[in-house]
Amino acid sequence: MQDHILSIVTFAPLLGALFILLIRGDNEEAVAKNSRWVALWVSGVTFVVSLLLWTGFERGSAEFQFVEEVEWMPSLGLSYRMGVDGISVLFVLLSTLLTPICILSSWGPVKTRVKEYMVCFLILETMMVGMFCALDIVVFYIFFEGVLIPMFLIIGIWGGARRVYASFKLFLYTLAGSVLMLVAILAMYYEAGSADITVLLEYTFPSEMQKWLWIAFFASFAVKVPMWPVHTWLPDAHVEAPTAGSVILAGVLLKMGAYGFLRFSLPMMPEASVYFTPLIYTLSIIAVIYTSLVALAQEDMKKLIAYSSVAHMGFVTIGIFAANQQGIEGAIYQMLSHGIVSAALFLCVGVIYDRMHTRMIASYGGVVERMPVYALMFMVFMLASVGLPGTGGFVGEFLVLVGAFKANTWVAALAATGMVLGAAYMLWLYRKVIFGKLEKEDLKSLMDLSLREKAIFAPLIVITLWMGIYPPSFLDVMSASVSNLVHNYETAIAASNAAPMFAQVFGQ
Amino acid sequence: MITTDLSLALPEIFLACSATVLLMYGAYAGKNTASFVSAMSVAVLAVAFALIFLGDRPTGLAFGGLFIVDAYGDYMKLVVLVASGFGILMTQRFVEREGMAKFEIPVLMVLSTLGMLMMISANDLMSLYVGLELQSLALYVIASIRRENLRSSEAGLKYFVLGALSSGMLLYGCSMIYGFTGTTDFDILGNVLSSVVSADQTPQIGLIVGLVFVCAAIAFKISAVPFHMWTPDVYEGAPTPITAFFASAPKVAAIALFARLLSDPFGSLVSEWQQIIVFVALASMILGSLAAIKQTNIKRLMAYSSIGNIGFALVGLAAGTQEGITGLIIYMTIYIFMNMGTFACILSMRQKGTMVENIDDLKGLSKTSPMMAFALTIFMFSMAGIPPLAGFFAKYVVFAAAVNAGLTTLAVIGILTSVIGAFYYLRIIKVMYFDEPSASFDKPIGGEMTFVLTVSTAFIVFFILFSTPIMDGAAVAASALFVG
Repeated sequence: MQDHILSIVTFAPLLGALFILLIRGDNEEAVAKNSRWVALWVSGVTFVVSLLLWTGFERGSAEFQFVEEVEWMPSLGLSYRMGVDGISVLFVLLSTLLTPICILSSWGPVKTRVKEYMVCFLILETMMVGMFCALDIVVFYIFFEGVLIPMFLIIGIWGGARRVYASFKLFLYTLAGSVLMLVAILAMYYEAGSADITVLLEYTFPSEMQKWLWIAFFASFAVKVPMWPVHTWLPDAHVEAPTAGSVILAGVLLKMGAYGFLRFSLPMMPEASVYFTPLIYTLSIIAVIYTSLVALAQEDMKKLIAYSSVAHMGFVTIGIFAANQQGIEGAIYQMLSHGIVSAALFLCVGVIYDRMHTRMIASYGGVVERMPVYALMFMVFMLASVGLPGTGGFVGEFLVLVGAFKANTWVAALAATGMVLGAAYMLWLYRKVIFGKLEKEDLKSLMDLSLREKAIFAPLIVITLWMGIYPPSFLDVMSASVSNLVHNYETAIAASNAAPMFAQVFGQ
Repeated sequence: MITTDLSLALPEIFLACSATVLLMYGAYAGKNTASFVSAMSVAVLAVAFALIFLGDRPTGLAFGGLFIVDAYGDYMKLVVLVASGFGILMTQRFVEREGMAKFEIPVLMVLSTLGMLMMISANDLMSLYVGLELQSLALYVIASIRRENLRSSEAGLKYFVLGALSSGMLLYGCSMIYGFTGTTDFDILGNVLSSVVSADQTPQIGLIVGLVFVCAAIAFKISAVPFHMWTPDVYEGAPTPITAFFASAPKVAAIALFARLLSDPFGSLVSEWQQIIVFVALASMILGSLAAIKQTNIKRLMAYSSIGNIGFALVGLAAGTQEGITGLIIYMTIYIFMNMGTFACILSMRQKGTMVENIDDLKGLSKTSPMMAFALTIFMFSMAGIPPLAGFFAKYVVFAAAVNAGLTTLAVIGILTSVIGAFYYLRIIKVMYFDEPSASFDKPIGGEMTFVLTVSTAFIVFFILFSTPIMDGAAVAASALFVG
């Protein structure tokens, strides 16, 4: 089993989806019930199996582990290659953790077409996990792009009022970005003569070509992250998506773009990365400050959290392109903690949305009087999002700022203002919803968290605090791969005379 | 030797004889022969398929160099036979329901298929023309088979007039080529042209003009922009199963002929024709994706979709390399299954006994006929080129060839048009899944529709796992074109 563990984790959900498709029956209620249970069991077992990656992963090694290779499309030079290193293994775990939580959170709220819903989520899990494991660039692309199909359907079928607009926007934005990446992938394949990611990581592309490749990859990943100004699909998608859709979107899908920067842009096109770093810094800082301000002005809770995601992902891109040990580790850490925290925040919104069927901040107030347990949990995640020490959010943002400070003081200073703004809008949201007087009549009959909801939040709280209190458990996993990446990056830069764009302006 | 000639052309001879016998049977056996003739036609195509696929096929030239049998031709013939077989299979129930069951329809389709096989095997401008005309004449009749229906007659007439025009251009181009080279034989033509090119001479202008005319005529047959005007009208007007047939088998045959013509005799003039193909491919992709957006009739939509798809296939040809031809072959193979599957869905769009063809009629299909909606969704995502479905690999191979041949700009523009194209494919999915149901379609859709749907869906979904025979077959086929 150890030999094929990645394939098992990747394709077990797909098998589960096929199994659910076979569930037949005239009684819709029974079919729905069976689908839910099968989906929960499959994703739960997948998560348990994926824990073997956590236990079996050799810390301190920068090599790809659990590698599998099967010949697949020999005439196109493609093979099915899977493997994880310190950068990707934690994202696999994040995906397998969030899927059962999503399924559990949809238990009550999703009542129509439950069977198809569960099939979509399981297929989505296969695509996400496969994407983080793929060691062949075309296999990576297939998983990367394949995510769109279930996501489009999840938003379009089970979404809110403007779901059609949101789903089309998500699909077309992402597709437009990623087809350019496909052309770049083809060019890389012919230049290096291999689609094997490990080979491509070793290969040195000509500097001029690197810039074009970098732009093409940037088109795809920037949309996915999302970076300002191509972030506009995200608030729409979040607002319209069902709760579980938002959870997966914020929790995992946003990480795909940043993962792409780490896996491809930085190590494979180091010279171009240096050249374009000012661009990334500029866009990221705009994202951090501007979208934080936009978040302050939101009336819809989901939109607010969506904009906060854009801001937090701005930190991640700053950390990645700071290109030093702290920056990149901080970026990965921030992604993981954001994956947990923003997922939990969307679940928090989902909890009261299920009860009141509105997401407007103004419709709430004084919820703490009826839902003390909920208020406590919301507070933990809210503070984690703000970056309070003791939560996962702090470690990530702190490391990113340290890394950014080493690379460029101004960037660090500007990014730090984003943290202040982040505290402002999150605290404001919390005060409006949870505190104040319980005046609205319809809020007076609110019930506190059910056992199912507590079960959903419990693991997320544990992980958030664990990440904040003892970061080495996670940093140890990634540090060897990150230092290897940084080392290779610096070697490649030293070997060339790469300089950032407008170097004379920025004085570097 | 006449016996080797005959054995080389065995599948074609078999088809010709069978079509004649079926015609006789239909004419003399009295009424209600249509369904029997139709079933027999499918069987005949199946036998021809088996003769090519299973038989220990000799390869080489026959009939004094007019006819060539090679791996390339065999592969393309198999694709054409599959497409024709699906086409006839889907026609029968439709024509019975519509009260237009005539035994001539399947016979004409078999004859047209014969013409296509001849086109694929043509090794001379003369046999090329004969094959093309046999194929087209049969199709003109089928397009206007509903004489009493105004739209069908219009479609047939349009198809005929413009088809005749293109045949005229083809003949004119052939005569120019003959006039400037003194031969119609592909092999001699190839030698003459390569000696011109290797001697660093510019080819005579008249020859190039002839080549352009031939390209234009074939572009007409495959409905590539700017010779696409007839397509939407004919697709909309012709009876739906006939449209399905139009959109598949003849396209494969014509594009196979195009690829053979350009890479074999005119292979050394690649710098002359490459720009034409690049333009035609680009224009087809752009027009196909933009013009489809506003369509409300699903048959017209499919017409523009087929224009776009031909554009993508031509990207492979534009590369002008063996890899490009491999891509083209794979593209057409996958296209056939996507197209046939989609048309099987369109043919099942019947409400209270009458056919409906508007996209809005698909509303809420996912609730009323979930399996059909699922299949159509698969086809639409595949046409949009979303992995892991087969349509992605189709686009992948042609664009890979284009990038490798240095046509990066073509690849980038082409692939961006596929994003625009994705919009209208998504719209169909949206109508089926996101909208509330209107009237449901008549059930059951019939065994042969279910068969075509199942086979196509399975092909599209499982291509990712079992692609090797097709990939390898296409590679062998393409290498046959580039021997010597």
